[in-house]
Amino acid sequence: MKVQVTVVPKSGVLDPQGKAIAGALTRLGFPGVGDVRAGKVFRVDVEAKDAEEAKALAGQMAEKLLCNPVIEEFEAEVLG
Amino acid sequence: MSGAARPRVSVVVFPGSNCDHDAVHAVEATIDADARLVWHAGTDLGRPDLVVLPGGFSYGDYLRCGALARFSPVMDAVREFAEKGGAVLGICNGFQVLCEAGLLPGALLLNSGQRFRCEDVFVRVESTRTPFTSFLGKGDVLRLPIAHGDGNWRAEAAAFEEVKANDQVVFRYCDVRGDSTPEANPNGSLDDVAGVCNRGRNVVGLMPHPERASEALLGNDAGARIFRSFAATLLGLKSA
Repeated sequence: MKVQVTVVPKSGVLDPQGKAIAGALTRLGFPGVGDVRAGKVFRVDVEAKDAEEAKALAGQMAEKLLCNPVIEEFEAEVLG
Repeated sequence: MSGAARPRVSVVVFPGSNCDHDAVHAVEATIDADARLVWHAGTDLGRPDLVVLPGGFSYGDYLRCGALARFSPVMDAVREFAEKGGAVLGICNGFQVLCEAGLLPGALLLNSGQRFRCEDVFVRVESTRTPFTSFLGKGDVLRLPIAHGDGNWRAEAAAFEEVKANDQVVFRYCDVRGDSTPEANPNGSLDDVAGVCNRGRNVVGLMPHPERASEALLGNDAGARIFRSFAATLLGLKSA
């Protein structure tokens, strides 16, 4: 199965990349661009008997390695 | 008397470390250390008095700076050494590795100005209660080089309150007079923090590079004071 973990800087943590991207989007004329969080996406093939187990594995991967909870937060999902 | 024994220093080499030989040279030149390099895949630190995690770009800074080095086999030995009270100094990338490994509080983010900064800065000694600052004065100002893109130290509010309450801020960025100003902080770090220690005070990490400023020949030997402080502390421990 394929799982996806998305990691972004936590709200409240300064994200210089996100800030620069927000500025660029505004300059391009996109109206009302607010906070932008620039992060990382991990797509991982895992062996799991069902989606629930796959999602749990993705969450463990995030907690142990992919995400640093001091500065980042994550979302884990199953792609199928 | 073992006071005359040379300090034994092990410098860990991760794939991508690039200040490892500088660190060996600096401790040899400043405190006549018996220094050796330890490859990250090894698990034997060789009974050191001090372990240095050097600067560089371990694992290419993939994922997050220091995040992958933390899983190198040698880090189990470093953790065990640190937990027994052994002195550990993390410089730049080594500081990042120690934070990722949970041996030091906080984490290091991209510089607030989004640029790699390679220049001399000033830091103020905030705590003399570490082996690396015990023979310096509180408030002493050191001119030291930095070279980093991710030096923006952060901690969660509650964690930072603890860090401050436990006197774990070891260095803060400042100007030449010792005053902290926004301009004197090269990376936007929380409360101008440039270096911290653990609760046990034996593990210290800092973003500036003392090993690059350890000899008069290099135009600056302020960094030597940090290594000499360690050697003097060690001597005190051994003769005590």
